[in-house]
Amino acid sequence: MSANPVSERTFVVDEPQGRAGLRQAIPAEWTKFWSVRSTAWSLFALIVATIGLGVLSTHALHSQPGGVPDPMRRIFVGFNLGQFAIGVLGVLFISAEYGTGQIRSTLSVMPRRPVVVAAKAIVMGAVGLVVGEVLAFVTFFVGDSMLAGTPSHVAFGSPGVLRVLIDSGLYLALLGLIGLGIATVLHNSAGSIATLAGAVLILTLLVSAMPKAIIDAVSRYLPANIGSTVFALRPPGRFQDVPVFSASVGLAVLALYAIILLGAGCYLMIRRDT
Amino acid sequence: MIEARGLSKRFGDVLAVDDLTFDVQAGLVTGFLGPNGSGKSTTMAMIMGLDHPNAGTVTIGGRRYHDLRWPLREVGGLLEARAIHPGRSARTHLASLAIYNDIPVSRVDFVLDQVGLSDVASKRVGKFSLGMGQRLGIAAALLGDPAVILLDEPVNGLDPEGIRWMRTLCKSLAAEGRTVFISSHLMAEMALTADQLVVIGKGRLIAEMSVADFVARSSTKSFLARVGSPDAFVGAVRAIGGDVVTNADGTMTVTGVDAVGIGDAALAARVAIYELSAQASLEDAFMELTGATVEYRGVA
Repeated sequence: MSANPVSERTFVVDEPQGRAGLRQAIPAEWTKFWSVRSTAWSLFALIVATIGLGVLSTHALHSQPGGVPDPMRRIFVGFNLGQFAIGVLGVLFISAEYGTGQIRSTLSVMPRRPVVVAAKAIVMGAVGLVVGEVLAFVTFFVGDSMLAGTPSHVAFGSPGVLRVLIDSGLYLALLGLIGLGIATVLHNSAGSIATLAGAVLILTLLVSAMPKAIIDAVSRYLPANIGSTVFALRPPGRFQDVPVFSASVGLAVLALYAIILLGAGCYLMIRRDT
Repeated sequence: MIEARGLSKRFGDVLAVDDLTFDVQAGLVTGFLGPNGSGKSTTMAMIMGLDHPNAGTVTIGGRRYHDLRWPLREVGGLLEARAIHPGRSARTHLASLAIYNDIPVSRVDFVLDQVGLSDVASKRVGKFSLGMGQRLGIAAALLGDPAVILLDEPVNGLDPEGIRWMRTLCKSLAAEGRTVFISSHLMAEMALTADQLVVIGKGRLIAEMSVADFVARSSTKSFLARVGSPDAFVGAVRAIGGDVVTNADGTMTVTGVDAVGIGDAALAARVAIYELSAQASLEDAFMELTGATVEYRGVA
């Protein structure tokens, strides 16, 4: 004998209009972003790197009697390390989901992969931009106040200063998105962090040891070299006879990297099993 | 209502799910039964759109999972491997899922209470025992008050009280008219919980029938008997070709003859029968059906 199925009941009486999309995904990812400890640790590392190193570096300038040619570079020296901290934050935002299996919960409530990736990118981009801009201004004012009364002191109103501050915040936001993009493609935390370190730190060193023709062709595309131009009033001396992008073109190149990585990640998430 | 049609999934050289076609009806608990490695979890993952079939389709209420408008309000799923970030509290984990589908956050505390996790709602999930993790997964499945509930090995890690709770929950969810689909490799548990069965082995459909029919189909049927004079009973049963084993508690297990044969033989031998019950088990039926398809077999 077979049990009799009772008549099929519908449980959708209170179902809202439309369908689940970005409007729900953004606040949900926002909640997830702030509810894991790695977020607080990465942001703490970012603050220590940017403001802390800036203070140490400008403090050392006190004993420099003649002043330095580009003190902005010294104030923002910590951003070279900070870019890695925010990149790691971007990586972990999605790689931790793959590492723990959480991604299966996420994709079961939002099966459309691009919506998940877009929501994460919007949250990461917004947090990166706000944190980046706040850190840029705080780092500048704290670092510059250390230089008060020395020949290295930079007036807030002097040409290019506001550009450095705004672009530096933007740079950190883009590095966060590049980290997110790398992990959206690779899924694995260790592999993604290694790739990020490779792209930001190791590749830069490697290329600088290459023949001049390669340096000329590749240097300007490397994130850290774009950063060197962004975090200073003038491109660094070592780029005197090497072609570099202006800060704004450099930032556009980084944005393109982020878009390509996130797009490729979406494509792979749609294709692959989870 | 879940409909799988010709569902197939290949991992490299291994055909994990092979041309699977079955229906899961509303208002019943349907057990999804098969030995370890038979393709149950892969099938569950395909229903929820996590794994992509190489061939065939599976739909829920006529739609693919990917096309559900509010997935959590329509389907609640518990996946076999724990799918939760260990760093969040139970409440935050559920809240993030609720927000994703516009489910009122008040539902979070409701389902936490329903699964008995209210006291540990603020605790980090990483500190949960296996059983608590299962309960949290079930809470997530219930969050959207869905019409379809999929639970992959839900009693794994639950203590006896938890298993009993799970059984009652599944039955009451089905009684409310929901579609309840639970996978298990434990036949005895399914015998107590399920109304209907989908049995697979090595990715292939072996049987799709009611639990009662499944048991009846089993040929290794045995009877438990309590009788007045055991020695005479043993002789009488053996005389008609049956076999009898005396159990430690004095009862007898009879195989090889049916109930009519046992009754007639006892009457002829003037042996009083105090109790005679069929002992056919789902376990036996299952072993018999899947015997040829077990993926990993221990050496006895």
